[in-house]
Amino acid sequence: MNAIILTAIWGVVMMFGGVFFKKTSTPKYWAIAGVILILAANILEFFGTPLFNIDTRGMLKFDQYTLHFNTIVFSCTLLYFLLNGRDVEKVGPHVSEYFSLMFFVLCGAAISVSYNTLLLLFLGIEIMSIPLYILTGSTKQNLKGNEAALKYFLMGAFSTGILLMGIALIYGGNSLGSFYIDAINIGTGSMPVLIGAGIVLLIVGMSFKVSAAPFHFWAPDVYDGAPPVISSFMMTIVKIAAFVAFVKLFQTSFGSIHGEWKMLVIIITAATLFIGNITAVFQQSVKRMLAYSSISHAGFMMFALFALNSTAWEGLILYAAGYSIATIGLFAIIVKMSDYSLDGFRGLGKTHPALGITATIFLLSLTGIPLTVGFTGKFYVLLAAVKTGQHLWLVIFAVICAAIGAVYYFRVIQSIYFKEPVEGVNVGLNYSTAFKYLLFITAALIILFGIAPGLIIDWIYY
Amino acid sequence: MLGTYFTFTELLLWIPLVTGLIAFFIKDSRKVKTFAILSALATLVVSIIALTFSDVANHPEYGVYHNVSYVWMPYIGSSFSVGMDGMGFLLTFLTSLSYPLIFASTWKNEYKNAHSFYGLMLLSQAGIMGVFVAYDALLFYFFWELALIPIYFLCSKWGEEKRIQATFKFFIYTFLSSLLMLVGIIFVYLHTPAYAPDSAHSFSLMAFYNAVLEPGQQQWLFWLFFAAFAVKIPIFPLHTWQPGVYEQGNYPSVMVLSAIMVKMGVFGMIRWMIPIFPAASESYADIVIVLSIIGIVYASAIALVQNDLKRFIAWTSIAHLGLMGAGIFVRNESGLQGVILEMFNHGVNILALWIIVDIIEKKTGVRKIKELSGLAVKSPSLAIFLVIIAFANIGLPLTNSFVSEFLMFNGLFQYNKIFAVVAVSGIILSSAYMLRMVQYLFFGTPNELSEKVGPISGLQKIVLGVIILFVIGLGVYPEPVFNLTQNFVSDILARVGG
Repeated sequence: MNAIILTAIWGVVMMFGGVFFKKTSTPKYWAIAGVILILAANILEFFGTPLFNIDTRGMLKFDQYTLHFNTIVFSCTLLYFLLNGRDVEKVGPHVSEYFSLMFFVLCGAAISVSYNTLLLLFLGIEIMSIPLYILTGSTKQNLKGNEAALKYFLMGAFSTGILLMGIALIYGGNSLGSFYIDAINIGTGSMPVLIGAGIVLLIVGMSFKVSAAPFHFWAPDVYDGAPPVISSFMMTIVKIAAFVAFVKLFQTSFGSIHGEWKMLVIIITAATLFIGNITAVFQQSVKRMLAYSSISHAGFMMFALFALNSTAWEGLILYAAGYSIATIGLFAIIVKMSDYSLDGFRGLGKTHPALGITATIFLLSLTGIPLTVGFTGKFYVLLAAVKTGQHLWLVIFAVICAAIGAVYYFRVIQSIYFKEPVEGVNVGLNYSTAFKYLLFITAALIILFGIAPGLIIDWIYY
Repeated sequence: MLGTYFTFTELLLWIPLVTGLIAFFIKDSRKVKTFAILSALATLVVSIIALTFSDVANHPEYGVYHNVSYVWMPYIGSSFSVGMDGMGFLLTFLTSLSYPLIFASTWKNEYKNAHSFYGLMLLSQAGIMGVFVAYDALLFYFFWELALIPIYFLCSKWGEEKRIQATFKFFIYTFLSSLLMLVGIIFVYLHTPAYAPDSAHSFSLMAFYNAVLEPGQQQWLFWLFFAAFAVKIPIFPLHTWQPGVYEQGNYPSVMVLSAIMVKMGVFGMIRWMIPIFPAASESYADIVIVLSIIGIVYASAIALVQNDLKRFIAWTSIAHLGLMGAGIFVRNESGLQGVILEMFNHGVNILALWIIVDIIEKKTGVRKIKELSGLAVKSPSLAIFLVIIAFANIGLPLTNSFVSEFLMFNGLFQYNKIFAVVAVSGIILSSAYMLRMVQYLFFGTPNELSEKVGPISGLQKIVLGVIILFVIGLGVYPEPVFNLTQNFVSDILARVGG
C-alpha cells in the first residue's frame, strides 16, 4: 500500500513541481529522492510497518511476493534514474512531466503486481500503459517517435480490449460471479465454455503486454522509435511488472487447470524464443537488436508460466532482476553514444575502456555466461521447466535459442574489442566520472548476484 | 595451517585468478611479463608440493590437504566443493607445468596491450584448474564455461587475419554444446538423492554417481553430455572448428588450447559421463569408438597432405585425441590407464611441437612445409629437438607416447580386434606424416629461408629440454603416473562395471 500511494503522490508532486523548478537539472534530484523514499517505505512495509492502513476489501493483497517484487522494481528504477537522469533531460523541454509520468507508471506497476481482483489488474495495466503512450511520443519533432507512439497506442488499446473481454467472460463464467482471483480458482471438473474462451482471451491480451510472439509486432518498432531512455524503461521495469501480473493471475486463478491451457503457453513460448532470436541476428542497429532480444527474454520468462512451480517463481524474479539490471546498464551506455549501429560500437574498448568493459559484462549477462546473474536466471527457469518432467524438447529448444542469442550479443563484443574504431565516431562522448563508477557498480551487482543468487531469492521466503 | 586455512587445490585456483586480475592493472609490458611468469611458477611450485602429498591411499590424513567444501547455494544443494584425485593431480600438474613453459618459450614475443594478454592467460589457467578440481556439477559447469571466455578473447584479439570468425565458430560450437550439457546436468540433478538437509537433491559428484536413472533416460542424457565433451576433444564429426582456430590463433593461446583445454573434454568424459551413465556408455560404446577411429584415419590422411604447419598440428591433434576417445569407451583398465597417461604425454608433446613451429615461423616468417628446407644445417639443436618430439608423437619405444598408446591399443584389442587393427593404421599414418614433415623441414638442401634460422635462445633450449626430460623420463619409467592414477582408474571401472 505504501508504494501505491506514495508513487501516486510523488507523480503529482513532480507534475506541479514543473511549474516551480527553475533549472532543468532540478527534477532529476527530486525524482531520485522520491524513488528512494518510496523504496524505503516499501521496505518498511516488507518488514511489517505499513504507513497507511486502508481497507481495500481484499481487492489488493500485499504479501511477501508482492513487496519483494516491488523492492526489485523500485531498486531498478533507482538505478535507472541514477544512470539516466541526465539523459531524460535531453528528451525534451518538459523534464518534470517525464519523471511525473514515470512515477505514474510505477504506481500502475505496483497495482498490477498486488491486485487481487480482475478489475484492479485491468486498472493497474492501464495506469501503467497510458503514461507510456505519452512517453513514447515525447519527442514531438521525431517522426519515428510519433509513429511508435501511435502504433503503441492503437495496439495497446486493442489488446486492452481483448483483456477486458476476457475478464468479462471469466466474470460471467465462474459460478460465484466474482472478480476476486482467489475466489475464481477453477476446479478440475468440467470447464464452462465461457471460462475457456476467457482464458484464451486473457492469455492473448497479456501476451500483447509482455510482447510475446505472435503478439509482439508492436515491440521492435516502439522500442526502436521511442527515445532510448524511454525504451530502456519500457523494456525492463514495465515489462517485468506485466510479467509478474501475468504469472500471478494464472497461478492463482487457473493453476489447478494448468493442463488445459498449458499447450497454448508452450506454443507462445516456443514462437517467442524463435522469432525473437532469429530476427535479432539480422539487425544492424544495436538498439533494434536489443528490442528483438527483449522479445526473446520474454520467451525465457514465459517458462515461469509453463512450469508454474515454486522454482519457476524464483526463476522469474531472478531472471527479471538480472535482465533489467543488464538492460538498464547497456541502454545507459547506448544513450550516450552518437551511433547506435554495430559500427558505432567499434573500438569502444580502446577509446572508452570503462564503457567497453561494462558493456561487455552486461552483454555476457544477457547471453547467460556463468558468474553473471543472467546465467543464474536462465539456470533457474530451466530448472523449473525440467522439474515439470514434461516437454523437455521445449527446454532443449530454448537452449538452442540461447546459443543463437550468443551470436548477436557477441557481435557487439567483437565490435567493442576486436575491431578498429571508425574515425569521428564516439569522439565527444560526454559522461561524468560518477556515471563511470555507477556503471562499475552495476556491473559488480551483476557478478555479485551471479555468484550469490540467494541475495535476491531468499527474500521470497522471508 | 595447511588443511585448516587453505588447501593445495584452493591455492591452485586462487593464485592464477588473483594474479590474473592484478595483471590487468600492470601497464608496463615487461613488468607484466615477469609478473605472469612468476605467478605461473608459483602455481607450479604449489602443484609439485601437492604431488608429494598425493599418496592419499596410504596416508588418509593427506586428504584434508586437497579436498575442501564450502557452502555455496544450499537451497539447491550446490556447494563450492573442490579436490584432487589421481587424474586431478596429473592434469593440474600438466596445467601448472604448461603455463611457465608457454610464457618462457614466448618470452621474446611482444603483444599490444600486454597487460590484458597476460591477465587473460592467467584467468584461463584459473578456469581450467577449476574444471579439473570441481567436485560439484554446477561448479564444474561454471568453470567449464569460464575457461572458455578468456580463450575466446585471447584468440579473437591476438592472432591472424581471420581469427575473429574462426574463434567465433569455436565459441558458438562450445557454447551450444555446453548448454545442452546444462540441460542434462539439471535432469540428472533432479534424480539425485538428497545429501544435505536443505535441499531435496544435490549437485555433488557422489550424488551424481548415485543418481537413479533408468536406462531409457540414460540413452538421451548420454548424448547431451557427449555433445559438450566431444566438441572440446574434438571427436569426428564435431572437429571442424579446430583447424581454423589453431591456424588463426596466436601461439600461446593455441598452446593452452591444444595442450590443456582439449583434455578437458577427455577428462569430462571420464569423470562426468561414463560413471554417471554406465548403461548408455555400454550401448553406445561401439558408435563412439567407430567415430573416433574414423577421426583417426581421416585426420591422419589430411595431415599427410597438409602444407600449413599450424593446420598440420591441428590435424595430428585430432588424430591423437581420436585414439583417446576410443580408449575411454573400451572401458577396461588398460585403455583407461593409457588415456590418462596419454593426456599428459600429448599435452607436453604438442606443446613442444608448437614451440618449435613458433620458433621457425618467428625466424623465417613462413610456415609452409614445402617452402622450408634444410633447417638442420643451420640449426642443429632445433633439429634434434624436433626429431625427438616427432618420434614421441609417432610413439616410438623409449618415448612417453609409446607406453600410453600401447596401453590404449591393448585395451582396444581386448575390446574388439577389428577396431584395434583399423586404429593401428593411425600409428602407421602418423609415422608417415611426421617423418614427411621432418624431411621437408630439416633435411634437403638449405634455401634462402633457412639462412634466417640461427641458433635458438638459451631459454627456449631450457624449455624444450624440460619437455624432452618428460618425454624420455615417462617413456622409460611411467610407474609414478600409474601409482598416482591406479586407484582412480579402478574406482571408475567399478562404477562403469568394466
